[in-house]
Amino acid sequence: MSNKQDTSLFRKDLFVQALKDSFIKLNPALLIKNPVIFIVGIGSVLTTITVISGIFSGTFSSFNFQIAVWLWFTVLFANFSEAIAEGRGKAQAESLKKNRTQTLARKMVGNKEEKVAAPELKKGDVVVCEAGDIIPSDGEVIDGIASVDESAITGESAPVIRESGGDRSAVTGGTKVISDCILIRITSEPGDTFIDRMIALVEGAQRQKTPNEIALSILLSGLSIIFLLAVVTLPAFFGYSLSASGLPQSQNLTIPVLIALLVCLIPTTIGGLLSAIGISGMDRLLQRNVIATSGRAIEAAGDVDVLLLDKTGTITLGNRMATDFFPADEVRETDLAHAAQLSSLSDETPEGRSIVILAKEKFGWRGHDIHQKSVVFIPFTAQSKMSGVDITDGKGIVHQIRKGSSEAIRSFVLNGNGFFPKKMEEKVSELARMGATPLVVAEDNKVLGVIQLKDIVKGGIKQRFAQLRTMGIRTVMITGDNVLTAAAIAAEAGVDDFMAEATPEDKLMRIREEQANGHLVGMIGDGTNDAPALAQADIGIAMNSGTQAAREAGNMVDLDSNPTKLIEVVEVGKQLLMTRGALTTFSIANDVAKYFAIIPAIAVFLYAKGNDVGPLSALNVMHLGSPESAILSAVIFNAIIIVMLIPLALKGVSYVPMSANKALIKNLFIYGLGGVIAPFAGIKLIDLIINLFA
Amino acid sequence: MTTLDFIQIIMYFALLIGLTPVLGNYMSRVFSGQKHFMSPVFGWLEKLIYKFSGINPDEETNWKTYTFSLLAFNAIGLLFVFLLQVSQSYLPLNPAQLPNVSWHSAINTAISFATNTNWQGYSGETTMSYLVQMMGLTVQNFVSAATGIAVLLALIKGLSRRSSATIGNFWTDLTRSTIYVLLPMAILFSIVLVGQGVIQNFHSYQTVHTLQGTEQVLPMGPAASQIAIKQIGTNGGGYFNANSAHPFENPTPFSNFLEMLTILLIPAALTYTYGKMVGSVRQGWTIFSVMLILLLTGLAISLYGEYSGNPVFGQLHLMEGKETRFGITNSVLWSTTTTAASNGSVISMHDSLSPLAGMVAMINIMLGEVIFGGVGAGLYGMIIFVILTVFIAGLMVGRSPEYLGKKVEAFEVQMSIIAVLAPSLVILLFTAWAAVSPYGLSSLNNQGPHGFSEILYAYSSAAGNNGSAFAGLNANTVFYNLTLGIGMLIGRFGIIIPVLAIAGNMARKNITPSSSGTFRTDNGLFSGLLIAVILIVGGLTFFPALSLGPIVEHLLLNHGITF
Repeated sequence: MSNKQDTSLFRKDLFVQALKDSFIKLNPALLIKNPVIFIVGIGSVLTTITVISGIFSGTFSSFNFQIAVWLWFTVLFANFSEAIAEGRGKAQAESLKKNRTQTLARKMVGNKEEKVAAPELKKGDVVVCEAGDIIPSDGEVIDGIASVDESAITGESAPVIRESGGDRSAVTGGTKVISDCILIRITSEPGDTFIDRMIALVEGAQRQKTPNEIALSILLSGLSIIFLLAVVTLPAFFGYSLSASGLPQSQNLTIPVLIALLVCLIPTTIGGLLSAIGISGMDRLLQRNVIATSGRAIEAAGDVDVLLLDKTGTITLGNRMATDFFPADEVRETDLAHAAQLSSLSDETPEGRSIVILAKEKFGWRGHDIHQKSVVFIPFTAQSKMSGVDITDGKGIVHQIRKGSSEAIRSFVLNGNGFFPKKMEEKVSELARMGATPLVVAEDNKVLGVIQLKDIVKGGIKQRFAQLRTMGIRTVMITGDNVLTAAAIAAEAGVDDFMAEATPEDKLMRIREEQANGHLVGMIGDGTNDAPALAQADIGIAMNSGTQAAREAGNMVDLDSNPTKLIEVVEVGKQLLMTRGALTTFSIANDVAKYFAIIPAIAVFLYAKGNDVGPLSALNVMHLGSPESAILSAVIFNAIIIVMLIPLALKGVSYVPMSANKALIKNLFIYGLGGVIAPFAGIKLIDLIINLFA
Repeated sequence: MTTLDFIQIIMYFALLIGLTPVLGNYMSRVFSGQKHFMSPVFGWLEKLIYKFSGINPDEETNWKTYTFSLLAFNAIGLLFVFLLQVSQSYLPLNPAQLPNVSWHSAINTAISFATNTNWQGYSGETTMSYLVQMMGLTVQNFVSAATGIAVLLALIKGLSRRSSATIGNFWTDLTRSTIYVLLPMAILFSIVLVGQGVIQNFHSYQTVHTLQGTEQVLPMGPAASQIAIKQIGTNGGGYFNANSAHPFENPTPFSNFLEMLTILLIPAALTYTYGKMVGSVRQGWTIFSVMLILLLTGLAISLYGEYSGNPVFGQLHLMEGKETRFGITNSVLWSTTTTAASNGSVISMHDSLSPLAGMVAMINIMLGEVIFGGVGAGLYGMIIFVILTVFIAGLMVGRSPEYLGKKVEAFEVQMSIIAVLAPSLVILLFTAWAAVSPYGLSSLNNQGPHGFSEILYAYSSAAGNNGSAFAGLNANTVFYNLTLGIGMLIGRFGIIIPVLAIAGNMARKNITPSSSGTFRTDNGLFSGLLIAVILIVGGLTFFPALSLGPIVEHLLLNHGITF
């Protein structure tokens, strides 16, 4: 796809910009949006003040200086993670925006045309676009039909048809009309087009926290307050212990040490990476050419447990295809196939073409010899409900070959004093029962046989649905077909349920019903009549090719207009939530090791006898070199782990569809157990390095 | 340890596990308004109470009204107990002619009994008249326990109802749990205790001549009725100062076993009731298993601490301060179960436990009294941890977190954090204050880390509404009476209010049917996860404080230093 940008972490311009932004984000007004990192910021300032006042009073401590430096790094690393995520998102969105030229739009005022700059167009304005014009803004075709090149936003080079009325009336700003002329009513205010909104969503300033993010922020702030309590009360406990050990109060904990302990305990890892995770979720959607109109929608996508899927395009390839020939008695299959092929040569519909192809594949024929015969093509008409050919053979006799519905062919053969064989009658109803469409072929007054047309279920879709089932998602197929046909396809595709002969009202009812039962419903649709259902669904994805009404009703727009996208969107949502959970668990699990690094370090002299170390040194299970290096190692680990996890935050945890329980076991093992063990190893390693240089 | 010790422990837990579904099932019938075998016995009483107080038992209220009723009821009860104490010398049933209780001790005691803490800064036989003991303290023993159950019931309704604005009726919940659960059990248990030799009378204190030829005053009174409920309702406030170490409170090994069993009986059975009422017994057993594992771990560490001997005195098992009649195993089993269950009763001095066993007692309390915990309170406290666990780890399955089909959102997280924060605030801030202030330190009888443990334990006990004391701390001072009183109030209502708010908010939500995409909260994996969250979120906060108290004391003991 054209939108796939090189957004690797190390793209130079993104990296440099993110570095700059990391410093800009030190602005307290911006920093306070992230309470955990804000606390670290305050700690950095306090420690720095201690260091500076130490310089002036001649008690400069290099230990305090190092703590201060690493605290600042912690804040900067957290800022950097957010900045790089924003940068990537912006780069992604800008590439969409870039296509919007600032060319003049031809605005209709009364019957006159007026040239205005595209950004000045308001909602409700009408513009005219001819071949070669760039469509100035999002809108709806109100008159005419045109082919439009949407490759600028979808990357798909084949032009698409956009016409007034019907379900293909929406046009997107930045796309190009390549034939004909259309009148477009502008449907969005300047700066409020889909792409504008998407850009706003990835930009930190306008980005609103999603409900789950808010809840998580509350948890993280709450944990920070609890640990703040644990740290601020420590000097009092310590003071008591100092007097009990006969030591002077001047040995009580210093501000830098207390802040170091606090910063290590509060969940800085997840706190620092939280917004990067959210932004990159948006970014991953964009990479799949889906534009979300709110961050909330992506989260909800992870929660969806019922998917309403349109049969056509999602489950089946979209068109019925010929799959079998059933000749009548005393007719050879080759004769039937030959007649069927001849009768379909002029049939340009996908069904007709599929008959030609089936005959070709089955018998290796090519329909090239027809020109040598005297042939008249009889096209399909609504009256005759048949198509076919009239062939004049060598003797001058005209053979009428016809193909059509069983009713049409019945009256055709009866008119010619023929009869409709009982066996064929049975075949026709048998095929209909199985959900296939039977077409009957006749030559003059003789029925040659039946062609079976079937919906072809997409390859691999059954496995996909099985995966969804293990993930706890129920699939419901929606089709306008009758119950028999629908049931047959549903069984073949392996969906959990289906709705046959579904009207838009039925869809809406079904969604409401599922929601009343506590389900979250996702659906994808395109038509104006889908709009109520799209609006009602928890996740409504509108196809870009759909109407403006549908696009406004949904909370996401799929630029590729690919119905299967719904499943991918659900996966992106799940991955986003998993990443958040995994890093939260990791962050909290980290605390165990940090305690074991810092507590023995600060309490080393309590209740000590003579020059021995105090009894609490027994808790120094990592055997860290010195109290100073222990505290420093914990702080450094705490800062570095943020940087090390940035790629994970941006890419998301590895995601494979599986049941909740399996996913939990896997993630718990990696991020829970890993979160307990990793800091022990990390802090020990950093301590070894520090003591190497000390 | 001898085989007999093991047999006792196994018997204890086998009985506890066996009785859990029996009593749990009965309670679920009572609380969901079904017919049960006690309805013919006490049904008239229930109806009479409703009629007398003008309550429509079927009228449902929202969480705010529920909370208001609960707070009003507790406030009035608290005030009543306070006034009784400060005027007892003018009131009947005071044969020992005890004077009025000091205002600060009366406040402390009133709060203590209303909050189901039963911290006792006073000594019963020399402070409280029979009237205060019966009409004040025993009544509060019943209703504070019933209040705990009511809060739990409101939470259950919040979790199991679908899109509902109401969470039940406080008065109905209070009445039913009192007259169908607490009252019959207390009556039955008092009779058994009287049979074992616990006293129950209105005699004035008896002066007897001992064999040594000295005179001794034997305190008398209606003890059995209060002891039964103090165990059943996880109250723990002893009739006598020596609590269950007093032979009139706990005369025989059999009474001791029963008193231990009744400590955990209702809290354990409530897990089954919970499972039954939320529609999945497995959910209840999962929580039960977490509580049991934490309890057994604590018990094992405590027994190790006691039986591994004391390096200072050689390999002796120290009996000082232990219940010498029933031995170390019973002393430790009692200290572990009471601290786990928010029951303040004691048969040994926790001050005299080895540092490790003392630490276990302290951790049991600090974790928020969720290891079985107080009647009702333990379980709703545990569900707060369940909600936090679901929120922290639930995201890892790729869905926004939900518990029992209810989405856990910002509001629930906020309230859960407040509920975890409230007791931590009390423990840490007040301990810090007491540890550096002269009025805090002057009450200490011991020095070094042991003295620190005494303060830390006192505030933990108050905040956790446990009520036991580490001893060695003279807490009947204005400073301690007031700070501990405030601590008890915050530790009780700082959790109850958020829990009821969660109940109200959860009730409004729809229930998402579970599927294979749902984060399961009824299996071993979740149990493990819940334990980890309890230990990390609930416990790590106190790690620095514990390091400077029992941990360092334990390490010093190994170096041969005691305090």
